[in-house]
Amino acid sequence: MEQIPILSIVTFFPLIGVIILLMIDRENYGVQKGIAFIVTLINFFISLYVLYHFKEDTASMQFVESYPWIEKLGIYYFVGIDGISVLLFMLTTFLCPICILCSWTYIEKHVREFLIAMLFLEVGMLGAFIALDLFLFYIFWELMLIPMYFIIGVWGGKRRIYAAIKFVLYTLFGSVLMLIAILVLYFYVGSKTGVYTFNLLKLYETLAPYEVQVWLFAAFALSFAIKVPMFPLHTWLPDAHVEAPTAGSVILAGVLLKMGTYGFIRFAMGLFPHATQAATPLFVTLSIIGIIYGALVAMMQPDVKKLVAYSSVSHLGAVMLGLFSLNSQGIEGGIYQMLNHGLSTGALFIMIGMLYERRHTRLIEDFGGLTKAVPIFAVFFMIVTLSSIGLPGLNGFIGEFLIFMGAFKANKLWAVFAASSVILSAAYMLWMFQRVMFGPITKEENKNIKDLNLREISLMVPVILLFFVMGIFPNYFLNKMHTSVNSFIDRYNKSIAITTSQLEKQGIIKGGE
Amino acid sequence: MFNYIAAIPLFPAIGALINGILGTRFPKSLVHIIALTAIGSSFALSVKAFFQLLSLPPDQRIIEVTLYQWMASGDFSIDVAFLLDPLSAVMLLVVTGVGFLIHIYSTGYMHHDPSYSRFFTYLNLFVFAMLLLVMGNNFLMMFVGWEGVGLCSYLLIGFWFDDHANASAGKKAFVVNRVGDFGFILGMFMIFIIFGSLKYSDVFSRAESLLPYGGIMATAITLLLFVGATGKSAQIPLYVWLPDAMAGPTPVSALIHAATMVTAGVYMIARCNVLYSLAPFSLGVVATIGALTAIFAASMGLVQRDIKKVLAYSTISQLGYMFLGVGVAAYSAGVFHLMTHAFFKALLFLGAGSVIHAMGGEQDIMNMGGLRKHIPKTFLTFLIGTLAIAGTPGLAGFFSKDEILWQAFSSPHGHPLLWAVAAVAAGMTSFYMFRLTFLTFFGKERMDEHTKHHIHESPNSMVIPLMILAILSVLGGYVGVPEALGGSNHFHHFLDPIIKKVGKAEPHHYSHALEYGLMLTSVAIAVVGFILAYTMYIRRPDLPERLANNFQGLYKLLFNKYYVDEIYEFIFVKGCKNLGTLLWLKFDVPVIDGIVNGVGKVTMYLGENVRKIQTGYIQHYIVGILIGVVVVLGIFIF
Repeated sequence: MEQIPILSIVTFFPLIGVIILLMIDRENYGVQKGIAFIVTLINFFISLYVLYHFKEDTASMQFVESYPWIEKLGIYYFVGIDGISVLLFMLTTFLCPICILCSWTYIEKHVREFLIAMLFLEVGMLGAFIALDLFLFYIFWELMLIPMYFIIGVWGGKRRIYAAIKFVLYTLFGSVLMLIAILVLYFYVGSKTGVYTFNLLKLYETLAPYEVQVWLFAAFALSFAIKVPMFPLHTWLPDAHVEAPTAGSVILAGVLLKMGTYGFIRFAMGLFPHATQAATPLFVTLSIIGIIYGALVAMMQPDVKKLVAYSSVSHLGAVMLGLFSLNSQGIEGGIYQMLNHGLSTGALFIMIGMLYERRHTRLIEDFGGLTKAVPIFAVFFMIVTLSSIGLPGLNGFIGEFLIFMGAFKANKLWAVFAASSVILSAAYMLWMFQRVMFGPITKEENKNIKDLNLREISLMVPVILLFFVMGIFPNYFLNKMHTSVNSFIDRYNKSIAITTSQLEKQGIIKGGE
Repeated sequence: MFNYIAAIPLFPAIGALINGILGTRFPKSLVHIIALTAIGSSFALSVKAFFQLLSLPPDQRIIEVTLYQWMASGDFSIDVAFLLDPLSAVMLLVVTGVGFLIHIYSTGYMHHDPSYSRFFTYLNLFVFAMLLLVMGNNFLMMFVGWEGVGLCSYLLIGFWFDDHANASAGKKAFVVNRVGDFGFILGMFMIFIIFGSLKYSDVFSRAESLLPYGGIMATAITLLLFVGATGKSAQIPLYVWLPDAMAGPTPVSALIHAATMVTAGVYMIARCNVLYSLAPFSLGVVATIGALTAIFAASMGLVQRDIKKVLAYSTISQLGYMFLGVGVAAYSAGVFHLMTHAFFKALLFLGAGSVIHAMGGEQDIMNMGGLRKHIPKTFLTFLIGTLAIAGTPGLAGFFSKDEILWQAFSSPHGHPLLWAVAAVAAGMTSFYMFRLTFLTFFGKERMDEHTKHHIHESPNSMVIPLMILAILSVLGGYVGVPEALGGSNHFHHFLDPIIKKVGKAEPHHYSHALEYGLMLTSVAIAVVGFILAYTMYIRRPDLPERLANNFQGLYKLLFNKYYVDEIYEFIFVKGCKNLGTLLWLKFDVPVIDGIVNGVGKVTMYLGENVRKIQTGYIQHYIVGILIGVVVVLGIFIF
């Protein structure tokens, strides 16, 4: 059946915005913002086509497009989407217009350049979620890095240069290793099978011997673990978040970190099942440490943004735990939690940004008693906080519950440690909330801050509504994952049933045979 | 024909939604009309459901209504579905009935509050969550309600959030409850692993075949669930949040922290009676914790000066009785006391609210006295509440408490020691309640002139609910008159279908004479409590102070609540904060980030130095090339 190349359309649509922006008068900020907003918004509506026509009953890739790019080297423009990536793809198109809207007054200099950076960023992120050719994936992966570097480095806070360089060097360090691993895999599989390809689906079908898998897995995993970030590779995150402008933080937390967890399930775990199995104790341990460590450190942060950054370490630890539980509940919970974290933490950053615009501070001690001054803000902030601590009825609960259940099935002790986060998260979030929002207003500056305006309300409402929809009707989203996740687990189980000695003998094996 | 029960929780949800979004723009009268209509409709439907259930033969009184599949993943799936059976019917009536009265009362009590609509939003939301808790047909629905009521409790305790003390009390309640929820959630997973389902009917029907009697799994599940109950129902060791919760408006204390939410743990155990009956060890733990909490909390209630704090400790203590009841496998007795307690404790709290209202916000009973002349209706109803809780024969509290005491003695899971502890606690109950009544309504008027001048009886919106609750506190016990007293215990028989007889323990057979004897003993102990209070606070008002001076150590220990709060604060709160600071400032920044920055610095240093080789002088490069050539040649030659 001849299809419209919907994935490519959505992915590259933001470039139209870039072209228009380049043609507009440099000083005309209002029109520039309007154009960027409309382009991303239209893109979101176009992307609904993908969601609407997505078939839940097949595990194979959908909306596939494949064109030879550098055919001699087996490099293809090969994209497609399945139950693992479709919702992350949607999350990205959903968050982008919100990010433009929340930067409306926050970004004051080089507006056009900022908007162009955001649009390029969207292309990179969307491309990374749909790429099924390792080479192509790597290109998009790196493409995301550059605009993000500028967003932090140009529009960031006081220590933005330090933060931006730390972010880039850290990520680059990981991606270089990944590039090497991609090439090694390419040549290894090519030399064994005679077919040189970067095609992910073809590479899935072949399993390297254990020793090779371990090294390749290590390289991929390190790269993704930095991105997640997993303990102890997380220290770039608080710096990057604190310095980044609101939109940068939202994208960083909402989508870029998910690139790490997505990378694990799509590439590291998908390509190297035996190594995954061997590495599970290590990664589960690091995840659990991350969950508890992130929460404890978050509790004592004087800066709200840093608090949320460390809470991300905790939440993402839970996602990783879910993925490494390697059962349906764990993985689906993990993916669900990726979406939740994107929305909840994104919303937290947006709200902190709104406060920052009003008071030019993010220190908890500078606030107090704000509920009286900004009642509408208070309601939204409360709901976002509750979503973040996993209150049933809101989105966060579904993800956490499934993750803990998956972990419990895999190993009861994992769940016992991990579930302690339900106590810790309530403690640090509600304590922060109390110090910022409750009590008497002690600072004169806080008495007259303005409540949310129409723009701010209208960018929060869709997010809040989504919290409720995802909490009350999670099946709509979970149903999209089932087939793909189950097929992932099947393939994993079939693969690890092949003993390592069998792998040794043949040097390489066709998966599932 | 029972599909309408799904609307019972829906009404308050809609009420909360409307008032929550638009309430600030509505006039007060519209706000409470919406809120009252919502809960009133729920109550009406509950009554209808109850009678419709009664009209069915006892073995068919289990109705399930499924709305939709909530979530599914792998072999796990769960529905949003409701269950109507005798136990949930009782809970429905208590929650919506008492809830309705308290809503009416609140229209008077909160009338001058600027956040009127916010109050009723939270109150409706609470009822919604509580109804999910008692109507869900699976553990996850119960958990949703469980956390939901916790949220409303948090919001309502901290209702007057301008004061950090109130906000802190709310946060403490939430976090302590989360400790319990942590246990509950693990208990649920354990159930799921064994039964492959969280639906009550799947779990309870197969419990006997899948869980060996007294086995480790049954014990683990029930103990984990009980951890949840100690949080929600304020039992040792997680009771510490409830006294602080009195920071909320008084109707909240009556509804949430006395009549309904805090009894969720008792409901849960009664619901899971099969599981608990399969785990005698857990039953022992529940009964012991219950008895200990009953006497421990009562002892703290003896010396409190805040009218609401006395009632708070009394609530913890009475909840202890309920757990003692379900802990000796007398599930109906526990639920019976849950119901009568809801009547008289709501009455007492609302009465206390009426007193506070009259006194212009004063809560210290040492500044009250002689109020019976000023607010006679409040006094009379409060007195009825006191008589009911003290176990005066013929009133509601007598029947339910006595059944628990008797079961604590005679049940195969009971023990004379449990009975003795509970009986002593009953004496304390009688003492502190009469002390409270005497100090508030009798004796010298100790308030200042200004306050005295303003004392007034509460409006009808507050007094009428008091009267209805007073009537219920008198008559409510007659649905469960024990056979020894010539009754037929309707309540017991009504609940029978949901209580499964399992286990090997044979019931002891005791004569009615022994039952009468114990009954008389407990009444006598209560009378002793009354006489003591009468002597100390009416006849010899100087006595309490002398006692306090003579036994200063004990008095201080009790007055400061055994310093448990301080100990918890030191170990858990300070401990966590110190650990967090330590990890952050002594590990995250210097060690982890130190290494990262160190790597960066080393790279820079190397770069700086290696750069010096690149001098830009062509001579240097030529020398370098020459050396290289020589070396390479050397390698080839040798």
